[in-house]
Amino acid sequence: MEKSIFLCIKNLSVSVIDKPVLYNINLNVNAGNVHAIMGPNGSGKSSLAYTLMGHPHYYITAGAVILNDVDITTMPVHERAKNGLFLSFQHPCEIPGVSVASFLKEAYSAVTGTHISVADFQQLLLKYCELLSIAPAFIGRGLNDGFSGGEKKRLELLQLLLLQPKVAILDEIDSGLDVDSLKIVAAGIALARQENPHMSVILITHYQRILNYIIPDYVHVLCDGRIVSSGDAHVAKVLEAKGYDEFKSLNS
Amino acid sequence: MSLKASIPNYVFRSAKGLNREIVTEISRKKNEPDWMLEFRLKALEIFESIPMPSWGADLTDLDPEDIYYYVKPIEDQHTQWSDVPDKIKKTFEKLGIPQAEQKFLAGVGAQFDSEVIYKNLKKRWSDQGVIFTDMSTALRDHPDLVKKYFATVIPAHDNKFAALNSAVWSGGSFVYVPAGVRIDMPLQAYFRIDSSQMGQFERTLIIAEPGSFVEYVEGCSAPIYKKNSLHSAVVELVALPGAHIRYTTIQNWSNNVYNLVTKRAIAYKNARVEWVDGNFGSKVTMKYPCIILAESGAKGSIISLAVAGNGQHQDSGGKIIHLAPHTTSSIIAKSISKDSGISSYRGLLKVIKGAHHVKSKVQCDALLFDDISRTDTYPTIDIREDNVAIEHEASVSKVSDEQLFYLQSRGLNEQSARALIVNGFIDAFVQLLPMEYAVEINRLIAMEMENSIG
Repeated sequence: MEKSIFLCIKNLSVSVIDKPVLYNINLNVNAGNVHAIMGPNGSGKSSLAYTLMGHPHYYITAGAVILNDVDITTMPVHERAKNGLFLSFQHPCEIPGVSVASFLKEAYSAVTGTHISVADFQQLLLKYCELLSIAPAFIGRGLNDGFSGGEKKRLELLQLLLLQPKVAILDEIDSGLDVDSLKIVAAGIALARQENPHMSVILITHYQRILNYIIPDYVHVLCDGRIVSSGDAHVAKVLEAKGYDEFKSLNS
Repeated sequence: MSLKASIPNYVFRSAKGLNREIVTEISRKKNEPDWMLEFRLKALEIFESIPMPSWGADLTDLDPEDIYYYVKPIEDQHTQWSDVPDKIKKTFEKLGIPQAEQKFLAGVGAQFDSEVIYKNLKKRWSDQGVIFTDMSTALRDHPDLVKKYFATVIPAHDNKFAALNSAVWSGGSFVYVPAGVRIDMPLQAYFRIDSSQMGQFERTLIIAEPGSFVEYVEGCSAPIYKKNSLHSAVVELVALPGAHIRYTTIQNWSNNVYNLVTKRAIAYKNARVEWVDGNFGSKVTMKYPCIILAESGAKGSIISLAVAGNGQHQDSGGKIIHLAPHTTSSIIAKSISKDSGISSYRGLLKVIKGAHHVKSKVQCDALLFDDISRTDTYPTIDIREDNVAIEHEASVSKVSDEQLFYLQSRGLNEQSARALIVNGFIDAFVQLLPMEYAVEINRLIAMEMENSIG
């Protein structure tokens, strides 16, 4: 049976304060697939992530984004989340005084639209914490407040497990991690895919190394706001060997 | 409104403005002893001789001559809740007095306009010798006790509005806790301004004898009126050796009220005083709860929260005066400014020569909602002793687009996202409140957020 398309990006062009950052992006993401988006610094990777999630600074000048047959091009951010879109932030915000647990419970209720008792939620959280090797004391701390880079990434993964999105955009979830932390993060992503097999993943990364742990179905190379090459996992190997300059020359 | 107009809701209302006749009339209506009348008249002279404060918030629109100084409701005092007229019960309902009211009704003394209309003291407290009554009744029934402590912490000449209160005070609570008695449930008083242009000048005095404990909680709300209204209270706390007083205030005045309040406590050997002070609403608030640590081992803490919205200036803070060695204190002042509101922290930390081994920590945190709101800090630190440990921290943060975006990307709408950020910011304050008040604060914050989107 043919897989339904979960996310469809059509002819998408984006500006930030009159400065174009993305040009005519086209991408179809099927349920359960992993798409890696690779590119050098400033190529527009994070712009794409923020645009898909609906950040108000990113203005769509042309094109559309369809999520599971729903046009979300102009949808408010929180509605996108409720429709199954998730963004793991490269730099998650610190919000002192708001405990991880209370934030997660509010997010869970908002996204799933279900009410859950404090006790049941606690149990659910502890289960995922254990799967991600997160100490239970962690959930009593202020949201990202004083967290290390690795702790922030793990909290993003905890949300990925908890919120069970249809499409997860992971924005440089591998940045700033040593090899051991990278393995934990990769194992967390694998776990989330196992728990939620229809979830598709857009994995945004600068480096090839995380793709050794999570094998993408497709790789797209983004340069100067354009997708200049698409292919299978092999593309990432070529990139690793030759660098981005090779691909930049493809950009006309 | 003409004075001749029939106002059936009031037994007696004084003429607008202030003079010796009005002050004398107030005292006479209350059948006060001569010393109190003399005190009032002396205070009036002081009030007239002190100019309006030129520092702090803008008071130029406040005209003390355009205010009724005494209104007595037609309903007399009630001791049974079932005797309280429906009209007043409905007002309490409108104020949204929730479980707190239900739960602690038996111990509530509430002020309606200038007079306490309902008071009921739990029997076991009175059996223990606790006195919880309105100030006029205390003056009548316990004259020696009142005379011994009244205006000893805040004399009439302390400042212009303390002088005004001293001249025209009416209502307020009197609490006396005998030595060693620990009251395990907060004493609560609800009160509000009810009549347009009417000042409210309640006077509260709490005396905690050695080794006793009392928590006093007051919550205020006021409906919106066309003319400016003045609220100028005086609150005096006396914590005798080893006593512990916690005084919690949640004020939510309507946006035309001038809230100019003097609060001061004195803590003797090993005594402890806590001011917990939440300021919502009002046009202008000027309020700096003070603790004098008079003898060694005394502890004082002030934690305050101010929310300033459009057209509002919250000028608040705290004062701690260390007069003795081995005394400790802390001030945590949190403010939120939004929709062009102004919040100021104004504080004093004073340590006199000889007050060695003093420890103090002052922390002011301001949260700005937008680029048009404002926050200022005016800390005064006056330390005359070397052997002390003093910390001062100040922070200003802004609700950022990135924080909102992060929370919205997790399914929260903008209003919920802002409320969550604010609740995080005020968490340290809310932790100190009785549970019913914590619930009330969350409701107030949610209401404030509703009005601030856009």
